[in-house]
Order: sequence, then C-alpha cells, then structure tokens
Amino acid sequence: MVGSYKKHIKVIMTVLLVIGGIFAAFPIVWMFCSSLKDNSAIFSWPPKFFDETASLASYVAVFTDSMKVRFFINSYIVAGCVVLVTLFVGILAAYAFSRFDFPGKGVFNSLIVSVQAIPPIVLLIPYMGMIVALKLFDTYFALILTYLITTLPYCILMMTGYFNTLSRELDEAVMIDGGSRWKALWGVLVPISLPGMVSVGMYTFMQAWNEYLFALALTQKTEMRTVPIGINLLMGQHAYDWSQMMAMSVLGSIPVLILFIFFQKYFIAGMSSGGVKG
Amino acid sequence: MKLFGKKTAPYRYLLPTLVLMIVFLVVPIIMVIRYSFVDKAVVSPDPQFVGLANYAELFADSSFWNAVSNTIIFVVVSVVAHLVIGMIFAMLLNSKYFTNRTKTIARVVYILPWVFTASVVAILWKLMLQPSGIINYLMSALPQVSRNTEWLSNKDLALAVICFINIWCGYPFYMISILAGLQGISGDLYESAAIDGATLTKSFLHITIPQLKPILISIAMLDFIWTLQSFNVIWMLTGGGPVQSTETLSIYIYKLAFQKVDYSMAGTAATVLLVVCVFIAIFYVRQQKKVRE
Repeated sequence: MVGSYKKHIKVIMTVLLVIGGIFAAFPIVWMFCSSLKDNSAIFSWPPKFFDETASLASYVAVFTDSMKVRFFINSYIVAGCVVLVTLFVGILAAYAFSRFDFPGKGVFNSLIVSVQAIPPIVLLIPYMGMIVALKLFDTYFALILTYLITTLPYCILMMTGYFNTLSRELDEAVMIDGGSRWKALWGVLVPISLPGMVSVGMYTFMQAWNEYLFALALTQKTEMRTVPIGINLLMGQHAYDWSQMMAMSVLGSIPVLILFIFFQKYFIAGMSSGGVKG
Repeated sequence: MKLFGKKTAPYRYLLPTLVLMIVFLVVPIIMVIRYSFVDKAVVSPDPQFVGLANYAELFADSSFWNAVSNTIIFVVVSVVAHLVIGMIFAMLLNSKYFTNRTKTIARVVYILPWVFTASVVAILWKLMLQPSGIINYLMSALPQVSRNTEWLSNKDLALAVICFINIWCGYPFYMISILAGLQGISGDLYESAAIDGATLTKSFLHITIPQLKPILISIAMLDFIWTLQSFNVIWMLTGGGPVQSTETLSIYIYKLAFQKVDYSMAGTAATVLLVVCVFIAIFYVRQQKKVRE
C-alpha cells in the first residue's frame, strides 16, 4: 500500500516537473527556433520547431547591419564602464563601512539601502532636465552616471559584507610596515576579494546590459541606442521581420546567458540575497 | 579639522558615492517633489507655486484612478501567483524523489525566464501571441476557443496577458529564495511529525509554512515594490493600451512627462508613487530587522 502511494507521488511530481520545465523553457526554445526560420515559415500552420528553411541567414543579416552592430558596441561600452566605475566607487565606500566607525554611518547606510525602493520613473522625470542642462543628453555619460545609482547599492552592500569577513589584522600589517590605508585596501584586501568582485561585477553587468527605461528616455539618436532599445526599435521598423528580431534577441541575451551559466553559483547566491531585480 | 586627518578618512572613501547619491538621488527626489507644488514645471521659466492644486487635479482625474486600479490588479495577481508557483517549483527542486542531477538541470531551466531582459521577454511573447502565432495554435486544441484571438489588442484580455507574462518572468526569484529556505529546514522536524502520524498536508501547513514565513514576507514585499514600479514589458507590449486597459502608474507617469510634457502633473503622480513605495520599504526594513534579531 505504502509503496504504491509513494509511486503515485513520484509520478505526479515527475509530471509537474516536466510541465514546469515546458512552462519555463518553451518560449525561449521557440524564440531560438524562430530565429533560424524563414519569415514565411514562422507562422506556418501547424507550427514546427524546425523546418527545411532553417538557416543562419537572420544572424548574418544582423551582423552585416552596421547599425545593429553599433547597438551591441554601445551596450558593451556602457555596461563595461558601469562595471568598472561601480566596482571602484563601491569598493571605496565598502572599505569605509567595513573599517571605520563614524558619525552618520547609519544614515548613509539607510540611504544606500533605500535606493531600491525608489521607482526609476520617479528619478527619470528630473533626470531629463538635469541631463540636458549638463549637456549629457544622448551621450554614454548620461547612461553610465544614471545606471550607477541602481548598481552601486548592491556593490557596496556585498563588498562591505565581504570585507567584514577579512581580518583587520591584514590591513594593520601593511600599516605597521609603513604603508598607507590606501595601499592596504588596493594591495591586500582587493586582491583577496576577487571572487566577491567577480560576482558583483557580473550582476552589475547584467543590470547595465538589461536596463531599458533610462536608455529609452536619455538617448535619442539611433546610433546611441543600446541593445534593449534596439530590439524594441526593430519591433516598430521591421514589424514583419520576426526572424531577424528573434536573432537579435538571441544575440542580445547571449552575454548574460553566458555569465549565468558560468557563474551560476554566484548568480543564485545573489538572487537569494534579494539584491537585484530582473 | 584637517582635511587629510584621521577623522575625515572614512568620508574621503565615501566621497564619490556621496556625490553621486546627492546629485542623482537626493536632488532629483527634491526636484520631483517641488514639481508637484508648482504650475508648468520645467516648461515655464517662472513656475508659480500652486500649493496642493496639482494633487486635487490628480485625484479628480479618472485616468489616474484607472491606473491605480490596473496597478493594484497587476501587483496583487503577480505577487500571489509568483508566491504559489515559486513555492511549487521550489518544493519540486527540493524533493527527495529526484536525483541531484535531475534537480540541477531542472533548476537551470526553471531560472531561465529571469535571465532574459525585458525587451526580449516582450518581443518573444509578442511573437507567440500573434493572431496566427503558436499560442493560438495550442489554444485551438481546446473546444470553443477562437483561433484568431487578438491577445494584446483586446481590452478585456490585455491586462490578464500582461499579468501572465510578468508571472512567467518573475517567479524564479521566489523559487530560489524559497528553495534556500527549504534547505535550511531541519529534516528532523518532518521525521518527528511523520512519527506522530502527520499527513503531508499537515506537515506542510504546520512546519514548512511557519518556518518559511520570514522569507515569504520579505520576498513578497520586495516583489510588491518592484512590481509597483514595473514599466518595461508593459510599455513595449501594449504601451498602456488598448484604451488604457493596461495603463499602470509608471506608464501613466511616463506619458504625462514625455508625451504630454506636463512635468507638474507627472511630478505629482510620481510623488504619490514614491510615498507608497517608501512606505512599503519602511515595513520591509523593519521586517528584515525582526528576522535578524
């Protein structure tokens, strides 16, 4: 009796597991398959995963279109700069939080934690005027500076936690030898913290690569657009070229997908710490 | 006080962060609140202080209340569905009926929707929801369902579709957090419950749920704040339409600011949204403190 009860549960669980897998993965598989198809085959009835029109033609079309390549270059430049600046500024702040007690520490800390609660749309309204006044509209700087507000808090919180696990004796040893705090931070603490920096850097890259709202409003020229906006523009311009839109989407997802697959452990740890929104 | 003395050291390390936070966070928030108290903010060189007139106008606007009601539906449906689906998937991934290998592969597959950026999520669902797309093909297997449903341009369906898509791309966050929580519950609790003759339902209600409660409350509140702010997928799929049926607060504010160029009213609505988010955030921080103690 008990045995067959358990068997039943296992069957139900397996069915659920498979249904869940289809629910999660089917849209993604469909995107990939569509990117390989001819436009006329995408809406064939009955639909097929693969058919005789399968080719990489849409990918070639994306790569030979200089404007689409430009979207990728823009996204890499912006995301790359955001990662570097976030790590640099964030590590300095994390060092202060981890190694000093100072008046106002609590206030600064709550300011940093509270950023997550501020809706981006609220910030965007004044940003528009500010960015124009600073003559940064339609530049990489507009995006890099505004992205920092969303990427810094996670970096500071994670790196403070990381530095807190490292003994203060490490920096004291450097200072006894006549080195400065600055030297202790960059010469000793930062090199040991590399794993923490990799995971923070990965998250920061994802956030910057995926950002949509600020990029939509703070850039205007097509050649300044990032990949998410580029994909969105395709929806308007080539409304019928679904194959190319899907190829562009697959290509636009690859950097983040690679990070996800290689750094799964960090990814999951970061996710369950609730630091990052998708 | 010496500029390079010991006392200023922590502030020197904090300086870049502080400057960024003041310029791009504190000042903009003050600006937005100021917009809400003046007439013709930004567009006029000399905006007049109008007191609470903008708020009176906002609360009298039926479009605002439509946006509020859409947002509440969107947020409540999303958060509840995320919680249920996240819980089911986390329990599957934690079950003793599957091998570790199966569970590892399933976990990767289940997280996938979270990895894709909003514009990819939007475009890929737009493809599937086309009248001659795959969703209608699958639906045509069911009796009495039209083969040509216009999912996104039907004002009675659009909000439900948007909710569904948001559920699809948001549950992995819950699943991972709940899974971490489940793995932290001692097996002894279940064993002694089983010896006492507790059924699976009973041990779920009396062990799993109470043990997970702090995590569930935290993630639901975080998700509540995020969903309240969500803009991207909705903007790309429907732009708030058809006939404002998917217009949430973020979309309403964006349209006021960047289509109607009415920064005063946009600032007013934004301030209302900000206050709500900050209010929930305060509860969230309190909850986090309680968990730590």
